[in-house]
Amino acid sequence: MRRLASAPEALVGLGILAALTVMALAASMLFPGDPLAIKGAPLLPPFQDWSLPLGTDRLGRDVLAELFHGARASLAVGLAAAAAAIAVGAVVGTLAGFAGGIVDEALMRITDAFQTVPSFLLALAFVSVVGPSLTVVVIAIALSAWTGPARVARAEVLSIRERDFVAGARVIGMHPLEIALREVLPNALPPVLALSSVIVASAILIEAALSFLGLGDPNRVTWGGMIAEGRTVLRSAPFLSIVPGIALVLTVLGVYLAGEGVVEGTAVRKGLS
Amino acid sequence: MTGPLVSIRNLSVSYRRDASSPSLGNIDLDIAAGERLAIIGESGSGKSTLALAIAGLLPPTTAVNGAILWSGQPQLPRGGRDIGFVFQDASASLDPVMAVGRQIAEVAHTHLGLGWPQAQSRALDLLRRVRLPEPETALHAYPHQLSGGQRQRVAIAAAIAAGPRLLIADEATSALDTIVQADIVALIRQLVAEDGMALLFVSHDIALAAELADRIAVFRSGEMVELGTADAVIQTPQHAYTKKLLDAHIGLDAAPMIAATGHGHV
Amino acid sequence: MSRAFLLLRRRLVGSVFVLLIVVVGTFLLLEAAPGDAVDAYLVSTGGDAGLVEAMRQSWGLDQSAATRLANYLWALLHLDLGQSVAFSRPIRDVILERLPVTLILMGASTALSFGLGSALGIYAGARPGSLRDRFLSTASLALYAVPGFWLALVLVIVFAVDLRWFPISGFETIASGKTGFARAADIAHHLVLPVTSLGVIYLALYLRMMRAGMAEVWRLDFIRAARAKGLSRRRIVLAHVARNALLPLVTMLGLQSAQMLGGSVVIESIFSVPGLGRLAQEAVALRDTPLLLGIILVSAVLVILINLLVDIAYAFLDPRVGASEAGA
Repeated sequence: MRRLASAPEALVGLGILAALTVMALAASMLFPGDPLAIKGAPLLPPFQDWSLPLGTDRLGRDVLAELFHGARASLAVGLAAAAAAIAVGAVVGTLAGFAGGIVDEALMRITDAFQTVPSFLLALAFVSVVGPSLTVVVIAIALSAWTGPARVARAEVLSIRERDFVAGARVIGMHPLEIALREVLPNALPPVLALSSVIVASAILIEAALSFLGLGDPNRVTWGGMIAEGRTVLRSAPFLSIVPGIALVLTVLGVYLAGEGVVEGTAVRKGLS
Repeated sequence: MTGPLVSIRNLSVSYRRDASSPSLGNIDLDIAAGERLAIIGESGSGKSTLALAIAGLLPPTTAVNGAILWSGQPQLPRGGRDIGFVFQDASASLDPVMAVGRQIAEVAHTHLGLGWPQAQSRALDLLRRVRLPEPETALHAYPHQLSGGQRQRVAIAAAIAAGPRLLIADEATSALDTIVQADIVALIRQLVAEDGMALLFVSHDIALAAELADRIAVFRSGEMVELGTADAVIQTPQHAYTKKLLDAHIGLDAAPMIAATGHGHV
Repeated sequence: MSRAFLLLRRRLVGSVFVLLIVVVGTFLLLEAAPGDAVDAYLVSTGGDAGLVEAMRQSWGLDQSAATRLANYLWALLHLDLGQSVAFSRPIRDVILERLPVTLILMGASTALSFGLGSALGIYAGARPGSLRDRFLSTASLALYAVPGFWLALVLVIVFAVDLRWFPISGFETIASGKTGFARAADIAHHLVLPVTSLGVIYLALYLRMMRAGMAEVWRLDFIRAARAKGLSRRRIVLAHVARNALLPLVTMLGLQSAQMLGGSVVIESIFSVPGLGRLAQEAVALRDTPLLLGIILVSAVLVILINLLVDIAYAFLDPRVGASEAGA
């Protein structure tokens, strides 16, 4: 913690993420009931009525309540998609690097193929074929996000698979798959995890863009959906698009700052040892 | 008789701001024009620090006290123009993505006011002078296409491109194998003689120094412990540390050593 | 340039496999889509059961999956992407009509982000740790967190609605009758906001990559050697530090092309720019899955081609490329 404190940017990032987590967890307590329910007159500007501090949208829904509930969707999708992408990527990369030969070649060509298709188009196609729901959006994003972790894991595995403890595992007759997943993978993980902030941030952005195009979960409030809603009254009530956008920018910025701080912190630790 | 080319007076260098652990302390040393001076010492003796200090290449955070006079003037010598510097590792001291001819030509372009075509043709002349095979081809080659010895020849060509009056070779041959090393030493000797340059030859190898230098200065832990003509230092070393260095060397290969001093004597 | 040629040939062979995997992938997605092309056709036209069977037969939909994949591949080999239900035209024609607009948009955005981003990165990286370096570094991180579609809306509010400097949407003035330079200027005027919205995030990316790269290069020995040679600071910064730090940015240019194609979907939708991205959004809205997958295939081909170009450019910029392969 002391290491993190020495980097003010990381502290700001962690602060933003903490505030967001609180927002997401407290959403149901502070704003019970359906955030999509109508609470007042439509298009009430912010700071007019203190029971609706950020005003209401086109249909008279409480913007602040929507913002709090939207934090849930953003964080949930961002974290779940990143976790799935890193898990899949780490396993694929480890298998490719450890197996070598034709398996490696095949897995890497598949990775290439997934990197060749624009990730947003792939997510778009997947959601439009399967139908929008939070789970589908998570899978759609993870579908293209796993390639980065796979490449890093493979490179890492190639450098550690000849080391002593791996040879030792071979000598005692461990199954190659067991060696790969139980001995090599955990050691290849740290540089893969260093990618997580970038993946979480891009997952949040992709989710927002999908929701903006109307491909988010229709039963949940999302910031992207709020921005799209506000767009229809962009001239008369621009704040309806601007407010959730600022929340989005701050969230992504928080993820980057915290991520950079953690990476630098571990780099310093490595440098000292 | 004009004064010395470089006069170093009471020079101290510390890499830390507080100057509590000097890397170099109280050095007084003159380098005469056209002279060949070798600085001998083990790593950490401060010999490279001295070379960098003379060329003005110490990091900005370094604390430097004392004076370095160039031709009797307190003004700093201009790197490249007045001083040519050859580093130990030629592989690392050449830009990997610039053709070697260009890396030589940019020195001539900067200091001699030559246009690029003239600077390029001067680079070709210099590649011939450092005896690089197929200089016309080498002009457009990149560092990774050359051998270690060839790269060091290129680095030397770049160092002398603007006709400096002092050539500093900082462990310039220690990364090379023995045969290539002998070639490079011979090349430096020839170039220095032809151009009338002074040479500051920094090395840990006392035999090499004896072969090349008129005078030898022995450094230890940031201090100069002995300074004298090459013959005097080799044959009648005054300081115990110099004797130790010599003993270590004679024990390994005495024959070339004696041949080397004999050669320098004649 | 035989070195570049060898590299190119190897990449081309690899690209064929990659493309094949993409094709199989899109085929699987097509299969997974609820209903088939006939259903989609009937939704829009109506028809009886006899017609359905006849159409299924004539479109080969009654055959096994393997046969259909073979047919799909065979059709693709003849550059036949099938029929768009929504547009009642061959998918290939619809896509080719939209492609140039997207290429112009992406080209301009790439030029803006790469040019300005690397220039600002050089400006920041020339003096590591200076005030301007810290300012640009922080500003670029903030820009990097801004979603393009939201930036687009903010730009529209400020520059199109309030200031009225730029048109709100469109690619060019409709039926203006403009030609030549006047038309180009009109298109440029329309594209200022879309290009900015699409490019800003990459501008921030290139800025950050350049300054980070330069910070690494400053520490290398050949920079100390360049200082020993007495070169001007300007020459050291531009010809040596920035020149070496440029290489990873060029690699990123290829990786970025796929992301930017994805980003163009939202940006083109917001600004009603009739390009490939807007077509993708229309395909989703009109439930025309074959069209959407056709767009994905064309995008993949485009990304592969752009990466080949980038590889060639890289081989020219980095003389070390292919050296180890030629030796092996």
